[in-house]
Amino acid sequence: MKRRQFIQAASAAGVLGLAGCASTSDKGPHVVVVGGGYGGATAAKYLRMWSDYGIRVTLVEPNASFVSCPISNLVIGGSKTIADVTSSYENLERRHGVRIVRDFVSAIDPAKRTVTLAGGAQLAYDRLVLSPGVDFMMETLPGLNRPGAQDQVLHAWKAGPQTVALRRQLEAMPDGGVYAITIPLAPYRCPPGPYERACQVASYFKKSKPRSKVLILDENADVTSKGALFKKVWAERYAGIVEYRGKHKLMDVDVAGSTLKFEFNDDIKAQVLNVVPAMRAGDIAVRTGLATVNKRWCDVDFLTFESKAAAHIHVLGDATQSAPGMPKSGHMANQHGKTCAAAIVATLSGRAVNAMPVYNNTCYSFVSDSEVVHVASVHRYDAAQKTMVTVPGSGGLSTAPNELEGFYAMGWARNIWADTLA
Amino acid sequence: MKRAVQSLAAIACLAAAAGAHAQAIDPLQARSLAASCASCHGTLGQAQPGMASLAGQSKDDLVRKMQDYKNGRLPATLMHQLAKGYTDEQIEAIAAYFAAQKK
Repeated sequence: MKRRQFIQAASAAGVLGLAGCASTSDKGPHVVVVGGGYGGATAAKYLRMWSDYGIRVTLVEPNASFVSCPISNLVIGGSKTIADVTSSYENLERRHGVRIVRDFVSAIDPAKRTVTLAGGAQLAYDRLVLSPGVDFMMETLPGLNRPGAQDQVLHAWKAGPQTVALRRQLEAMPDGGVYAITIPLAPYRCPPGPYERACQVASYFKKSKPRSKVLILDENADVTSKGALFKKVWAERYAGIVEYRGKHKLMDVDVAGSTLKFEFNDDIKAQVLNVVPAMRAGDIAVRTGLATVNKRWCDVDFLTFESKAAAHIHVLGDATQSAPGMPKSGHMANQHGKTCAAAIVATLSGRAVNAMPVYNNTCYSFVSDSEVVHVASVHRYDAAQKTMVTVPGSGGLSTAPNELEGFYAMGWARNIWADTLA
Repeated sequence: MKRAVQSLAAIACLAAAAGAHAQAIDPLQARSLAASCASCHGTLGQAQPGMASLAGQSKDDLVRKMQDYKNGRLPATLMHQLAKGYTDEQIEAIAAYFAAQKK
């Protein structure tokens, strides 16, 4: 308590000393970051860098290493391994002095400013950065709540064991089988991701199981991202393999019968079911009362990413109620992390926060093992609307799939992994 | 929350150190603008293989390239689309920031 009063006083006076080598110090404000994905890990690193290592940062993350969702569809397609999309957290600790705690957060007390870990320990914070990603609304699909159902019908929408397991299901499927992927109504994590995955599975089938089919069953009326590009690829490169059907609202899954049940359409049986359920902000954000938009997404101030529901808690990435035109993507979360880090450092040192943040999104999709299409956009803060808006005239798409962008896509991956983690 | 914002605003008014003109881009804003490039071009512009390193490049070259992308004079896969999202002042500030970083 004393420390907090000191920090507030120091902040008000604008004299908080953030300089000095404090990597092992127990002095200075403490920021707890929950979730080591693109948003949280980036925030942790930049909080340390931009406070000249004066802010103490603890990152709470249950996974031993970082597994990237971007590029992970290539593991499903068979041209990359899970090791290729996995990075270590050790540079955050070694180079940047982030304290890493491998645990889950079981509760947050916004009034007391404490975080309770599943292991029982409590952490006090001056600021909390919550980057919990998404969790799935499994209650909307009763059949998936039966024992063992979720081990058979996979989402593979968080890169890791499910990514590998889905690849194994595809390898085990006899030629002539059908792989069916269902897509929830937008917004969901990674708008073009399901369509990229369909391309990856089709690419694998074309080479190894040419009598097999890919069926895309989309609750949206039409392809939500890079639509013309994907449809051209399906029609030309994967003719006779990929079939797209919009307006397919999934109501339930008969796991034993390997059958999908829709609101208005006929049941569909397929050999490999890949159900991407509707999503909301990660459970911890919902349980803390931060998901105030449709009880699904967290409303934030886009200058600071501070929650509109709880002071001193900043929410990043896919869990936020996105600004118009802003996708739920790893690239975006990385940019959220930096904007938030800059705002926290400014606030804790008594400076005004940046009133005109500008950042961008770049999203590459592999339509084969080497050719790529992109969508890019630039976003700036609009003071009148108090949200981020896309800059008119900026952004755009590839004209056609090409290998040069396949090269850049892997360059993008190496660079964003390093920017986030090293 | 509202009070916090108000007191922040008060601090901003009082802070003579921050006394840049309203339109000018201060060094911390430049740092944040440049950090938006770092996702692809590396932290501090020090890139991993596969992307151009921006750290330690000449400011004039960086400005010229971005302007050429922006005006469509330099062909690109996507930089022409991103360059159009930044004002001339922002491009100047970003270029100056990267020019000042170690290669």
